Amino acid sequence: MAILVLAEHDNASLKLDTAKVVTAAKAIGTEIHVLVAGHECAAVAAAAQQLDGVTRVLVADAAAYQAHLAENLAKLILELAPGYEHILASASSVGKDTLPRVAALLDVAQISEVLQVLSGDTFVRPIYAGNAMAKVQSLDDKKVLTVRASAFDATANGGNAGLETIDKVIEARTQFVSQSLTVSERPELGNAGIIVSGGRGMGSGENFAMLEALADSLGAAVGASRAAVDAGFVPNDLQVGQTGKIVAPDLYIAVGISGAIQHLAGMKDSKVIVAINKDPEAPIFQIADYGLTADLFEAIPELIAAIKA
Amino acid sequence: MKVLVPIKRVVDANVKVRVKADNSNVDTANLKMALNPFCEIAVEEAVRLKEAGSASEIVVVSIGSKAVQEQLRTAMALGADRAIHIETDEELTPLSIAKLLKAVQEKEQAQLVIFGKQSIDGDNNQTGQMFAALTDMPQATFASEVKLEGDSLLVTREVDGGLQTLKLPLPAVVTTDLRLNEPRYASLPNIMKAKRKPLDVMAVADLGVILKQHVKLLDVTPPAQRTAGVMLASVAELVEKLRNEAKVI
Ligand SMILES: Cc1cc2nc3c(=O)[nH]c(=O)nc-3n(C[C@H](O)[C@H](O)[C@H](O)COP(=O)(O)OP(=O)(O)OC[C@H]3O[C@@H](n4cnc5c(N)ncnc54)[C@H](O)[C@@H]3O)c2cc1C
Repeated sequence: MAILVLAEHDNASLKLDTAKVVTAAKAIGTEIHVLVAGHECAAVAAAAQQLDGVTRVLVADAAAYQAHLAENLAKLILELAPGYEHILASASSVGKDTLPRVAALLDVAQISEVLQVLSGDTFVRPIYAGNAMAKVQSLDDKKVLTVRASAFDATANGGNAGLETIDKVIEARTQFVSQSLTVSERPELGNAGIIVSGGRGMGSGENFAMLEALADSLGAAVGASRAAVDAGFVPNDLQVGQTGKIVAPDLYIAVGISGAIQHLAGMKDSKVIVAINKDPEAPIFQIADYGLTADLFEAIPELIAAIKA
Repeated sequence: MKVLVPIKRVVDANVKVRVKADNSNVDTANLKMALNPFCEIAVEEAVRLKEAGSASEIVVVSIGSKAVQEQLRTAMALGADRAIHIETDEELTPLSIAKLLKAVQEKEQAQLVIFGKQSIDGDNNQTGQMFAALTDMPQATFASEVKLEGDSLLVTREVDGGLQTLKLPLPAVVTTDLRLNEPRYASLPNIMKAKRKPLDVMAVADLGVILKQHVKLLDVTPPAQRTAGVMLASVAELVEKLRNEAKVI
């Protein structure tokens, strides 16, 4: 039976996460449909049609779907569910909000943060902040999965899937009031090749300008530890860790971050890890490929200069 | 307004668990246990609503072995009024937990149900959403601010791109994120008082809910280990390594 993938988007453009979830879907089967639920989201649907492996794109375009509210989005997916054995979404804030609701309405389990697809019913997922990997088998007739996008490569473009319109409009009692999204010219954390992350050691929000300059010299995204977010140095969406974003860039530079297990849970799958910390005993050094014991306020300007040189 | 707060007993956040030698699960024997941090934030939020005069009663509920009564007492020491313990030695999936909580809610008729967004053992991040689906309530997950306005709730949520504010009619479900509040410490007199607060114990069978097995745990293995690399003496050396050895910049 077919696989349904919930598209991740902001009504204007399709997020790369979707291409990664499609890769996970390809490990399960060949009939892959993508659901684009949103408002004035034709461009998103067009982008989804091009994903290699996708055989059909379903578009539900209505004001009721503008804010991706779990309440009615879950009911929409439930309407489509009879045609599918697998329902997948990225383990993003929308995916995590919505898919458990879908699973409960279908009376099946939901399997969170799938890292590996072993077969149509057997998956590997992290537990205990990634300190253990659980191999789980679904016993349900339908499998509802959130996929950790960073664990999969994006499927290429080059597809040419057909388009189908879903007319069903389901309203939510939940009302969208407002949002304040971080606007940045830098790459998104989830998809950046290089991430420069700052912790409590940065000392203040102003000091983050230094890390931003370093990030810009490398074309990198900026991340942070929970301590840096809690202290108000940077917005919440920069948090990397067990309860923040999970990232796996080619290069992760941790600056003034001690290396608590909850932080490591979000970045230890990075290819190369660099730690800059003034405390030679900081646990972050135990997982870093390259460690530098230094005062960050001296090391970072020097690093920027050396990269530009 | 009655507030229901489901809570979970978990391995303390500061403890690093190990996988059992036979790969059947993680070894939790003799580890320090605690109230799941997100559940603690949920209890604190309920207590603040009560202190502000918005909530009239706070009921905490936990499902698990006899040991969870320790966390129920902790929650009552923080300010919850009474507790319900649904006793079982089985490890239940989030869907089964949500079904049992639905049965509790049918009796309690709480106007607001506050969950932690995830428990730090299973890291599932599902139970609140599943409960909301089964009871057909609106939900606001990953809350960093909760305000009661008449008979609706204004909730600011931490989403991938930043913050989003939703308005929900009551009854509603909220799941807490880390920055919703900073939980207080229980005072000694409150810990003493909590010992005398009502704690009802019931069995899963008492709730008349039929549970199924949905997932089979095949094995649990340690993650790929990273080994410490090299310590460098200077920024110049770091840049040289990144350029010529790792070739990442
Ligand atoms: C339920 C739960 C969930 C959590 N989720 C997350 C999560 O998702 N992400 C996360 O990051 N944390 C999370 N945490 C918090 C985590 O446990 C740590 O508290 C946090 O990661 C610490 O952040 P930090 O390393 O920036 O701060 P600290 O541990 O205070 O470390 C600061 C570091 O900066 C160094 N330093 C200070 N000044 C300088 C200087 N001038 N030059 C160089 N180095 C300097 C210090 O030596 C120190 O090592 C969670 C905790 C709990 C309980």
